[in-house]
Amino acid sequence: MIGSPIEDTRAPDGPIETRWDRRRFEARLVNPANRRRLTVIVVGTGLAGASAAATLGEAGYRVRSYCYQDSPRRAHSIAAQGGINAAKNYRNDGDSVHRLFYDTVKGGDFRSRESNVHRLAQVSVEIIDQCVAQGVPFAREYGGLLDNRSFGGAQVSRTFYARGQTGQQLLLGAYQALARQVAAGTVEAFTRHEMLDLVVADGRARGIVVRDLVTGEVTTELADAVVLATGGYGNVFFLSTNAKGCNVTATWRAHRRGALFANPCFTQIHPTCIPQSGPHQSKLTLMSESLRNDGRVWVPARAGDGRPPGDIPEGERDYYLERMYPSFGNLVPRDIASRAAKNVCDEGRGVGPGGLGVYLDFADAIARLGRPAVEERYGNLFEMYQRITGEDPYEVPMRIYPAVHYTMGGLWVDYDLRSTIPGLFVIGEANFSDHGANRLGASALMQGLADGYFVLPNTINDYLADGPFPALSPSHPDVRSALSDVTDRVARLLAVDGDRTVDSFHRELGRIMWDHCGMERTDAGLRKAIEEIRALRQRFWTRVRVPSSAGLNQSLERAGRVADFFELAELMCLDALHRTESCGGHFRAESQTPDGEALRDDARFAYVAAWEWTGATPVLHREALTFDYVTPSQRSYK
Amino acid sequence: MNLTLRIWRQPGPDARGRMVAYQVADVSPDMSFLEVLDLLNERLTLDGAEPVAFDHDCREGICGACGLVINGVAHGPEKATTTCQLHMRHFRDGDTIDVEPWRARAFPVVRDLVVDRGALDRVIEAGGYVSAPTGSAPDAHALPVPKADADAAFEAATCIGCGACVAACPNGSAMLFTAAKVTHLGLLPQGQPERQSRVLDMVAAHDDAGFGGCTNTGECTAVCPKGIPLETIGQLNRDYLQASRRPARSRP
Repeated sequence: MIGSPIEDTRAPDGPIETRWDRRRFEARLVNPANRRRLTVIVVGTGLAGASAAATLGEAGYRVRSYCYQDSPRRAHSIAAQGGINAAKNYRNDGDSVHRLFYDTVKGGDFRSRESNVHRLAQVSVEIIDQCVAQGVPFAREYGGLLDNRSFGGAQVSRTFYARGQTGQQLLLGAYQALARQVAAGTVEAFTRHEMLDLVVADGRARGIVVRDLVTGEVTTELADAVVLATGGYGNVFFLSTNAKGCNVTATWRAHRRGALFANPCFTQIHPTCIPQSGPHQSKLTLMSESLRNDGRVWVPARAGDGRPPGDIPEGERDYYLERMYPSFGNLVPRDIASRAAKNVCDEGRGVGPGGLGVYLDFADAIARLGRPAVEERYGNLFEMYQRITGEDPYEVPMRIYPAVHYTMGGLWVDYDLRSTIPGLFVIGEANFSDHGANRLGASALMQGLADGYFVLPNTINDYLADGPFPALSPSHPDVRSALSDVTDRVARLLAVDGDRTVDSFHRELGRIMWDHCGMERTDAGLRKAIEEIRALRQRFWTRVRVPSSAGLNQSLERAGRVADFFELAELMCLDALHRTESCGGHFRAESQTPDGEALRDDARFAYVAAWEWTGATPVLHREALTFDYVTPSQRSYK
Repeated sequence: MNLTLRIWRQPGPDARGRMVAYQVADVSPDMSFLEVLDLLNERLTLDGAEPVAFDHDCREGICGACGLVINGVAHGPEKATTTCQLHMRHFRDGDTIDVEPWRARAFPVVRDLVVDRGALDRVIEAGGYVSAPTGSAPDAHALPVPKADADAAFEAATCIGCGACVAACPNGSAMLFTAAKVTHLGLLPQGQPERQSRVLDMVAAHDDAGFGGCTNTGECTAVCPKGIPLETIGQLNRDYLQASRRPARSRP
């Protein structure tokens, strides 16, 4: 069903270089004395959430920060390995704000907004300054200046990194800034609390319903504005590189309360993950794609070649990325590298258990640079690989296979990061805004921190300038109904008392999504998936068994998340079905070039697909995308 | 593989706990330790029994959420490995394995293998940061940092806050955790202005949170999944001594 188009994204007009400055100037400010009277709830403590909560606290707002983990420091941003992009041009290799902007729009396959991406590129520079000032120990050169490396899909060295633990170091920086505000009394931190619904009263987002995971108590928490920084929904696939707890519940519940969900089918499948070792697998582990800077990807030239890698002579290997994409080689963007791996495995040339793997070989790098240099760059990644697989990557090539890693889709937001519910802001991976149909490597950390440190703390003032909003009584009908919706749902989950576990349903859902809404999608497959998801969801609500322990109940936590994944999964398939073009990570088999690359259809699909929840068939609202600075072209990395 | 897991079961903070034995069959050597607990929990759920509560999240050794005392050793037998990264190929068919929560006064048990590690957050809140409000930073290259210092700061900063050091310490001390942060920030020029107040405040918060004192036993570094060395505590002691000898008003 087609609804009205989205006309207003609040993006300033005029020259793109000046838009963010003008927006900051135009945005109303809030008198410091008034800030103390305004409460902002921030859900999630990853890079976006922790940086936003800390910065809003510094600004003088009363902030309440929530996370489901036992400490804010454990949010999954911590696991990001590779690095963070910034247009510093410290390498004098031709980088600039404009080039980062250009690369990001192109890398996103022309499905993102120019205004947002340009702002991201501008702000990137300040992020590095901020993090260094906090004591983030980035890698440095002997002269004491910051080191940079090039990273998936970029031909300049603009990626700042801290060995293979950049996400950890950046998150600890943000967490420490948050801890400083907790000590200062501006931020109150609630750990082991999970948001289960959004309170929308009199048309504004005014709070959240949370469950204290230790006591099991469900309460409403009220505020003047709500910020969701709750990450992506890759765990709809069950197997992904996300942490086990990552889930869609906060954003999905906001969607059901009226926030549009944009481009849900845009999923990033990361090419360099450790392949599955068996049916017991509970999650997948990413190996930073920085490994592709020095590792060479290959498979045997002949299908069914079962020899160990060392016995396969050079002439009988197919370094397929270098062969197919001579100018980018092993550094092609993620979507292209992933699909190429799938294709060679489909041809029967995959390696390892089940033929679902390709080699990532460091023999040449070790011969060229020496083992110590390779150890210096990738030591911790090599150790991690060895711990998981029991194989030594200094001796035998790594085996890698694509895995779900990041979701570009998310709640729709305007230029100011407002959702379609007044007072509800969405930042970081939880929104859809900056990466289009494919995210470039080292850009997730950049976006999370850009939103949290610099964008939201400026744009939220304009909204809060109208506050404080009238005090809301807990007995307000909208508040009471949000609370009772949650308690009813919990009771329903506990009441089923069936004969299957939550995880068994989640695995089955993940399998459907991977097979039909993964690296390659077809009309028939997606239609089949939608039917299967509906049938499975019905079985879930009649056969799931959730132990009814009072207080800490980890099965109940998972059950609520999986119930929401079912609804999201259907919307993802519907979105993928309606978008009959291929773009970025969304590959429709029906739409490809003669060489098998993604073929866009700009005439019909140069828009953001923002879906409205209706309880029945979702309604599609289109936001047209225009490109005034970067001309859409067929991406070519040959 | 077939294993016997003897697991600490405790329904709540004030309830009495005990070890309960479970047989787990058909364990693959490629499974992680937590995947074995998943397997057991699936069965317990279908049998109508209470699944075992345990903390975990990223399952790739970086978030610091998981942490079990396995056969008496925090994070189990493999060096520099978190529980989630411990694979069953390091055990033998027929083994009996004891599984317990972190045990320390500052970490009360929530349920079964889940403990409350909030005390570690209190230590960071006391001063484990550089006061650098957003937007106030000079250019990142304004202050070069010698590579050796940056590398050493990074090594200390790799602490994942899992609390294994506390679980292993006979005194229940979190001095390795505290020292890692003091060392990380103390080695960088950005950390100098608050260097002395930081160490004093963090150690005071550490003691207030119920952690024990350090007696240089070194059990902490033996189990640390990130290999934070004992010298880190030496660094903390030097900073602490220097800071305490200066009168408060001239102390940075």
